[in-house]
Amino acid sequence: MKVTIHTLLRLTIFVVSVSILSFSGCNGKSSVDPSTEFSLEVPSNFPAPVFTFADNPITEEGFELGRLLFYEPRLSSTGAIACGTCHRQTFAFADHGHDVSHGVHDRLGSRNAPAIQNLAFQPEFFWDGGVNHIELIPLNAIQNTQEMDESLANILTKLNNNPTYKQKFKEVFNTDSITSQLVLRAIAQFTGMLISSNSRYDQYVRGENNVQLTNTEKAGLQLFQQKCATCHATDLFTDHSYRNNGLDETPADYGRELITNNVSDRGKFKVPSLRNVERTSPYMHDGRFTTLEEVLIHYTSGVKRSATLDAALISGDAVGIPLTATEQSNLIAFLRTLTDNTFVTDKRFIDPLGTSNQN
Amino acid sequence: MQFQFTHVVGSLPLALNATQYTNAAGESFYVKTFKYYVSNIKFIRADGSEYAQPESYYLVNEGDSASKTFTIPNVPIGTYTGVNFMIGVDSTRNVSGAQTGALDALNDMFWSWKTGYIFVKMEGTSPSSTASGNRIEYHIGGFQNPNNIRTAAFSLVSNKLYIKSDSTSSIHFQTDVGQLFQTPNLIKFAETPALMTEPKTADIADNYSDMFSIVSIQTGTP
Repeated sequence: MKVTIHTLLRLTIFVVSVSILSFSGCNGKSSVDPSTEFSLEVPSNFPAPVFTFADNPITEEGFELGRLLFYEPRLSSTGAIACGTCHRQTFAFADHGHDVSHGVHDRLGSRNAPAIQNLAFQPEFFWDGGVNHIELIPLNAIQNTQEMDESLANILTKLNNNPTYKQKFKEVFNTDSITSQLVLRAIAQFTGMLISSNSRYDQYVRGENNVQLTNTEKAGLQLFQQKCATCHATDLFTDHSYRNNGLDETPADYGRELITNNVSDRGKFKVPSLRNVERTSPYMHDGRFTTLEEVLIHYTSGVKRSATLDAALISGDAVGIPLTATEQSNLIAFLRTLTDNTFVTDKRFIDPLGTSNQN
Repeated sequence: MQFQFTHVVGSLPLALNATQYTNAAGESFYVKTFKYYVSNIKFIRADGSEYAQPESYYLVNEGDSASKTFTIPNVPIGTYTGVNFMIGVDSTRNVSGAQTGALDALNDMFWSWKTGYIFVKMEGTSPSSTASGNRIEYHIGGFQNPNNIRTAAFSLVSNKLYIKSDSTSSIHFQTDVGQLFQTPNLIKFAETPALMTEPKTADIADNYSDMFSIVSIQTGTP
């Protein structure tokens, strides 16, 4: 993304609205020249994006091709599992109701499917941060035997034998040959555009539409800033770090250590964003908590000591974050202001084929 | 300018799935797969200046004989007293997203769950292996934790390389699979039938630093 004067001007009047990017229907002919870049909007209360798409300029056709691929079950070995199977828009592209998700043949994954939102602002991906580029995210799910269990070679055969895809890749990338790089870049044009920035909280902090928070929500916000923002920092609500938040004395899943080979990372997982947290249940890397209340009870009285427990959760002999019942309910009231109804209903992001597998 | 690679195991030519070899620890084995990255090729002049080939990435694969010879175009005319290349893929290309050509993830030399290239892949079987099917599998790579990038450097001082516009110069390298398990770190299949992500992969990286030797140089005249 080039932050052009034009973009900066738009930032000052940032409003998430379908009118900024008008998409043609999935089967409609677009009148936009693919060379016309339409950029990622950077919400004014967000930090700068990590991924700017300099070598993969986002176009309307590219975005739509990415969307088609995101919802394409033929990217799996059984033809039954798409990215959108476990990343469902109405839940901010998380897999509500599943501690872990079902892949091909109903095989169970090992970790909770994270929400997909604001990826362009994240330096690393997955609970353990093992993937370092937005374009490479799908490879993990595609090749994992518990998820989509498919090879890139097979996917390319399927796509290259499909006249519709051949034509679309030609339109977007001006090529007769669909390569793994172009598949991944097209998907990134879709996932990179999944920006959630229009919650009531966002409108409140940006002073838009006269949106106010209730006194309870404001009390929750204050508490949040005092007790939670160390880790859930900035308006992305994560500092992108890996921390052990005291779930287990002896973690079954070594988390970040599996990536760094460093024993001091044992049981550490990425601090997740709290955007749309009301809709992304269940919580934690293994989906062990179903409600926000359970999560806060964990922080209040369930934190377990271990060698790698995060220092922010230790004060002298005590562990955890002491919160009264009122404070907990105020915090939850605030967390609900992070729900972005525009994002979870945005028609630009829906399955163009209407075939998304809702299991 | 051409690079040519011949693969051996000790003193024997490499033949996939056909010849039984013996490693330095005395364990017999067969080789099913042997492939590796050669990248960032540089030609060094006597004055220390160098020509670094742009976009210099090659995947050499015993299973694909065409991959074992490749042309390096546009090496400037001159006299060279050294050559070196990276065994593996530089960190930049490990953090730059989806790639093409030799670096395409399609080539099965890329980890999807922990972003990074496999630099050297050797798979086979050994009766000494306790893994299922007596498999031995070494996928060695990664640019951090540990960093398994190594450089192979060769002096051509006593055997200079002259690049002339009308000459087809070439260097013929030999790559010894046996050296993966030999020095400085003796690897026993019985103890370590597979390595992929452990810090111990660095032991094999230290070994593959020395798996190349120059068999012959074809060169023009000064």
